[in-house]
Amino acid sequence: MTTFIQTLIDGLSLGSIYALIALGYTMVYGIAKMLNFAHGDVIMVGAYAVIASVSMASLPPVVGLILSVVICAALGILIEFLAYKPLRKSPSLAVLITAIGVSYLLQNLALLIFGSEQLSFPQVINLPDFAFAGVQIKGVTLATLVITAVIMIALTLFIKTTKLGKAMRASSEDKDAAELMGISVNRTISITFAIGSALAAIAGIFYGASYVYIKPTTGAMPGIKAFTAAVFGGIGSIPGAMLGGIILGIIEKFSQAYISTLWADAIVFGVLVLMLVIKPTGLLGKDIKEKV
Amino acid sequence: MENNNSSKLVPYPSNALVTERDLHKPPVLEVNHLGIDFGGLTAVDDFSIIIGRTEIAGLIGPNGAGKTTVFNLLTNVYKPTRGNILLNGYSTSGKTTAQVNRMGIARTFQNIRLFSKMSVIDNVKVGMHMSVKENFLSSLSHGFGYSKAEKIANERALELLDFFSMADLAKAQAGSLPYGAQRRLEIIRALATNPSIVLLDEPAAGMNPSETAELMENIRRIRDTFNIAIMLIEHDMSLVMGICEGICVLNYGKIIAKGSPDEIKKNPTVIEAYLGKKKEAQD
Amino acid sequence: MKNNVLKKLFSKNSITIYIVVAIYAIFSSLLYTDNLSRQLTNMLISVSCYIVLAVSLNLVVGFLGELSLGHACFMSVGLFTGCISSVLMSNVIPSVYIRLPIAMILGGLAAAAVGFVIGLPALRLKGDYLAIVTLACGEIVKNAITNINMTVESADFEFNGAIGLNTNKYGIYIKDVGELLPYAIVLVFVTIIVMMNISKSKAGRCIMAIRDNRIAAESIGINVTYYKLIVFVLAAFFAGMAGVLYGHGNSFAAASKFDYNMSIEILVIVVLGGMGSVRGSIIAAIILRALPEMLREFSDYRMLLYSVLLIVIMILNANPKFADLKGNLSIPKIISRLKNKDKTVKEAK
Repeated sequence: MTTFIQTLIDGLSLGSIYALIALGYTMVYGIAKMLNFAHGDVIMVGAYAVIASVSMASLPPVVGLILSVVICAALGILIEFLAYKPLRKSPSLAVLITAIGVSYLLQNLALLIFGSEQLSFPQVINLPDFAFAGVQIKGVTLATLVITAVIMIALTLFIKTTKLGKAMRASSEDKDAAELMGISVNRTISITFAIGSALAAIAGIFYGASYVYIKPTTGAMPGIKAFTAAVFGGIGSIPGAMLGGIILGIIEKFSQAYISTLWADAIVFGVLVLMLVIKPTGLLGKDIKEKV
Repeated sequence: MENNNSSKLVPYPSNALVTERDLHKPPVLEVNHLGIDFGGLTAVDDFSIIIGRTEIAGLIGPNGAGKTTVFNLLTNVYKPTRGNILLNGYSTSGKTTAQVNRMGIARTFQNIRLFSKMSVIDNVKVGMHMSVKENFLSSLSHGFGYSKAEKIANERALELLDFFSMADLAKAQAGSLPYGAQRRLEIIRALATNPSIVLLDEPAAGMNPSETAELMENIRRIRDTFNIAIMLIEHDMSLVMGICEGICVLNYGKIIAKGSPDEIKKNPTVIEAYLGKKKEAQD
Repeated sequence: MKNNVLKKLFSKNSITIYIVVAIYAIFSSLLYTDNLSRQLTNMLISVSCYIVLAVSLNLVVGFLGELSLGHACFMSVGLFTGCISSVLMSNVIPSVYIRLPIAMILGGLAAAAVGFVIGLPALRLKGDYLAIVTLACGEIVKNAITNINMTVESADFEFNGAIGLNTNKYGIYIKDVGELLPYAIVLVFVTIIVMMNISKSKAGRCIMAIRDNRIAAESIGINVTYYKLIVFVLAAFFAGMAGVLYGHGNSFAAASKFDYNMSIEILVIVVLGGMGSVRGSIIAAIILRALPEMLREFSDYRMLLYSVLLIVIMILNANPKFADLKGNLSIPKIISRLKNKDKTVKEAK
């Protein structure tokens, strides 16, 4: 029973990280109708930004964390402007290939700057561990859960109530109509990328705090799995991304604990394939009919 | 309201084009009480029609009446919620779009859908794919009867192109053709599948009067040469009234009138649907 | 009639064949007269494999217009199936040179079977979703191979997927490139000819029609499911054969090497060579594989350069001005312009 609860909490923690990343995927997909393959690598950039500012430049942790989020948000805008904006009207194949290019570019830049050796993530989140009914809960895990929950509520409110949130929803429904209503679609897309990348930075920080070691390819796997989560929950749907992320995190941890560590990845991807085949729109996604 | 919406109102063409033999065969298309709902909203309802062999039928109606949806239902792009379709006497229910085409329905699209990166002649040849006697092995190896099959395909494709005086454009890329030629090529491609009925979705859209006149002539020629039925959606009333033998008027997804062009022209319900209701005071 | 023969001799596809023949003629004559440097010799097999991989992936990406991010897994399946069956056959057929072609076909068939299984979910999907499913399937296959543990006592053979396969130990490593090259050449030519034949056949037209407009393709009776599957199976078959060749040319093979990074490396070759162009894939495979080998210091920057190239090429392709420029620089256009120039000069006289 203890193992069960322990696994569940680990799963929730990992799932929260996936959910944060998945939010970025789903928001960008909803509005720009593209799969931002490079999104996972923004996590890695976020983690390296903390390492560079805290471990290398000896800045205070809080500054490092803020810097990481700001850098990633700026990076998101830059990527969109340089690589994706020129392809707004191109077929999805071209956009996806470009996104793969961006992903590789980020990984290889990190490789050149920080080297291929893994670096250890600084202790930025210093919280005591909890012992609860025989289950050990790390401070980081708890922080991850709480902060993720806060972010998700805030994001939902932001999209539901603010003017910018409305602009985002309108642009994702119909770009031309939104433009005619006086919404700057380009600006809205930029902001979406900024928010998504900032969330990825936060995910990167939690990832680093939980798993300690960071290398240039760190972001790739969580990125792909978070995309899986976004698809699982229904791409374009924000509650779907949260739900998908958490379910996927739990599935992964339970397969590691009860089936086999070697098969855990295969199981996660198997879930994706099954989901896409059985219900391509995901748990909470909308069915969009192709216009003939 | 004189006309009732019973299912067999669109008449067989009364002219001599229908031969004695044809009359004993089942009609090309028999549609009974066809309907589809999109999430609770009824897009098309109780659509019944019969189209005879070598008939030219028109489907008209105001914008958003559900005309293209009817074409999508006939070709099983959308699966009908209700009703059935008999093509040459066989039900198309449960068939894929591709299978329906092989059973005898070919179509064109409102927004042209050519294979734009392929050459004009390849667009026609791909339409003939069912009659090209090439198996997968001969496709891979260019042996086993490949040359003969390709030669026949080329000749037939050129013949078809020539029929619409497009043979000199055979090598051009389909996407680079002018608008009118693209529309023509789409019709040729549909004909290449050897259909018993062709559905044309707004074939005259964007054409000037002389092009439209040429198109009318072509549609008649297609019917007379290939002996097939044609059903068309069109907003150009001169074209519809000029060549259609039977016309079906759709409004809000329902048939409001069926009959010959003269009957349709005089039908008060149709006039009302197109021009709006007369003021009560004037009545 | 004579005109037709000439046309055929100088058609685009024939010229591609001539180029490949010339390249292999030069390199094999250098190799067999011992004039080829060690570095280049070692490259020959791997470049040949990559040509086969790129050309077969081009069938999926360029002709069908779907993105596959799992091509390396087919190579992996082919490699391990082919190499292991070659080891197990050693009692029956002693010569590794006879076993190799059999192993290649077995490996190709195994990869094709996996391609079929991966192609099945692909039937319901397209675009981004299909790409991600191929990636996921590739990773699942990699994971599965890593988890294989097999022992065949009669052949004194042991295989642990997590460690890899030591081809040298089991005597199927063909160290002499000169002995392996003929197999590579045959495989490359078969692949190229099959791919070029397809593009000029009924099957190829149907596949390209699906790429250009799926809905229209369905409306003219093309069985989209069937052709999509055929493409996946065929591409996997050739990738699997390339894998067997690769396995026999290297003393060691580990499943972890054939991950999605490798799939993307193959994709880079296809994109840089031009989607849908067999000749482009061949040239890009040679350049992208050979350059980093020859310029060792450059190898750190290789992937960086690839990624920048991918982005720049996609953005340039989306720009109509660049497309015009490229069109004007193509060889037939230049020739026709020269001809026109001659005409105008003559007319002026």
